Amino acid sequence: MSAVRDSATPSKLASRIILVVVAVVFAVPILSMVEFTLRAGIDGGHDLGHWAAILDPENSRKYRVLFQGIGNSVVLAAVTVLIVVVLLLPTMILVKLRFPKLQRVLEFVCIIPITVPAIVLVVGLAPVYSVVARLLGSAPWTLAFAYGITVLPYAYRAIAANLQSVDVGTLAEAARTLGAGWGTVLVRVLLPNLRRGVLTASVISVAVVLGEYTIASLLGRNTLQTSLVQVSKSDPFVAVAFALLALAFAFVLLFIIGRVGSIRRIRETP
Amino acid sequence: MSASATRRSEAGSAHAGPAVSLPPTDASDASAAPAEARPRRRPRWALLGLTPFALYTLLFLAVPTFLALATGFFDGDGAFTLDNLTALAEPAVLGAFASSFWVSAVTAVAGAVIGALVCYALLAVRPDGLIRTFVDAASSVLAQFGGVMLAFAFIATIGIQGLVTVFLKDRLGVDLFADGVWLYQVPGLLLPYLYFQVPLMVITFMPAMEGLKRTWSEANATLGGTRSTYWTRIAMPILAPSFLGSLLLLFANAFSSYATAAALISQGAQIVPLQIRGALISETVLGRENLAGSLAIGMIVVMVVMMTAYSALQARTERWQR
Repeated sequence: MSAVRDSATPSKLASRIILVVVAVVFAVPILSMVEFTLRAGIDGGHDLGHWAAILDPENSRKYRVLFQGIGNSVVLAAVTVLIVVVLLLPTMILVKLRFPKLQRVLEFVCIIPITVPAIVLVVGLAPVYSVVARLLGSAPWTLAFAYGITVLPYAYRAIAANLQSVDVGTLAEAARTLGAGWGTVLVRVLLPNLRRGVLTASVISVAVVLGEYTIASLLGRNTLQTSLVQVSKSDPFVAVAFALLALAFAFVLLFIIGRVGSIRRIRETP
Repeated sequence: MSASATRRSEAGSAHAGPAVSLPPTDASDASAAPAEARPRRRPRWALLGLTPFALYTLLFLAVPTFLALATGFFDGDGAFTLDNLTALAEPAVLGAFASSFWVSAVTAVAGAVIGALVCYALLAVRPDGLIRTFVDAASSVLAQFGGVMLAFAFIATIGIQGLVTVFLKDRLGVDLFADGVWLYQVPGLLLPYLYFQVPLMVITFMPAMEGLKRTWSEANATLGGTRSTYWTRIAMPILAPSFLGSLLLLFANAFSSYATAAALISQGAQIVPLQIRGALISETVLGRENLAGSLAIGMIVVMVVMMTAYSALQARTERWQR
């Protein structure tokens, strides 16, 4: 058994070396950002001056746009994930099970957003959003319709990779034979098997939405990224500090989502 | 856009036709037919299930794309013209396309190789473990860490007063910018782009890596194969189409990436997305209406070629899955 394991997985040592080297290289820019926010002045030295400025109530009005942007981005991330899970996932399963001939078509549709860069899409989105604003208002969450499209290729790839390694057809047929309705098949048979793909898709979607700048800025919305740009013009130190905070925030959020996903997996498959 | 239109018309015709003449959409369904009511109703219900997604992509993908590209074919007065397309042959535009090409190619190849190595290393890590969750979370954040934050990070690292720049100069006597400051030029995009390309590779390639079935390595061991035969004869050929697919995804990602470049390069428009931005902003100054539209067409032609290759690779990927 251990010999079998060995050929499929790398040795612990090789694995650790690769991971540590990459981690160190990727940590340098982050550490540089930390160091940048701690710089005291032109003559050198380090202090917490720039961080203290964020907490200073005197500056709270100056940075309010940032907090608003962060709030908007979180709402947008949630609605975008909802679009992926409610619209994309059932469609992919349906096509795989019932319309195999349409698989190519679905894939083509889902890959289009890569071929249409955000800066191109936004030109055509402007008139669409003037209609959306009339029907639904111009609340920040409406931007999620555009983000659902931006996220499509990544979410599709993540779910498709999982769909390919699970024999969905047999699972569904077995469940149907045992008398399960399509709802039960979808939620209690297929979804648990596709959890990793769905989780990956959601995680990527959240990251995409938090990092999106082009569409938000050109449609004149206030999100995390656009508010960072706005603040960076007057106060680069605080902008970098907030970029770090945003990163840490996104990281912790995704880390928790990841932990919850894997803990539930352990509990359900003892 | 034509794809979703096709799908909708198919759905429409299925509805219009009498239910009896519906062709069986699924062989297994037809064989399980005696229940009578079911086989007739289900295909219809199933087709209805496709319409929300079809409508959504039509409204927020097909319509905006059509509107954006259509502007490339019209002049300032709204008359149809092909004149805008001649702009694609101008030296500045061709140069921008060339720069975009090599930046995307270099970062896609390097990112794919490094990312695949990380995926390989992750196979030795427990999938439910802390390390794996850490890497997943970090990759997701960094993969879309583009834009301004990424520019901030690299200005703080290898900018003129950056941490690494100053360290190399003071401690090792190496001047990063001996030949001029390249961070704010096209070569300066390479490191920042790699910073999101590698994590994106980890995210997109990891599911394929995990899809390698344990039974294959068992079969390899049973037949007396070694670690190297497993990887060179089994895993790599199986992963190859998926790897190339991810590579194309990375290329497309870099090619259409805009925010990082916009934040780093303030002067000029050395790559295509910056040219589009420039055209959008200074359209009236240049006296060239809808130049952005024609640049967009040029960009999309490149992307369509990439994605056609991607689709061919996917067709290959599916060969070993049955």
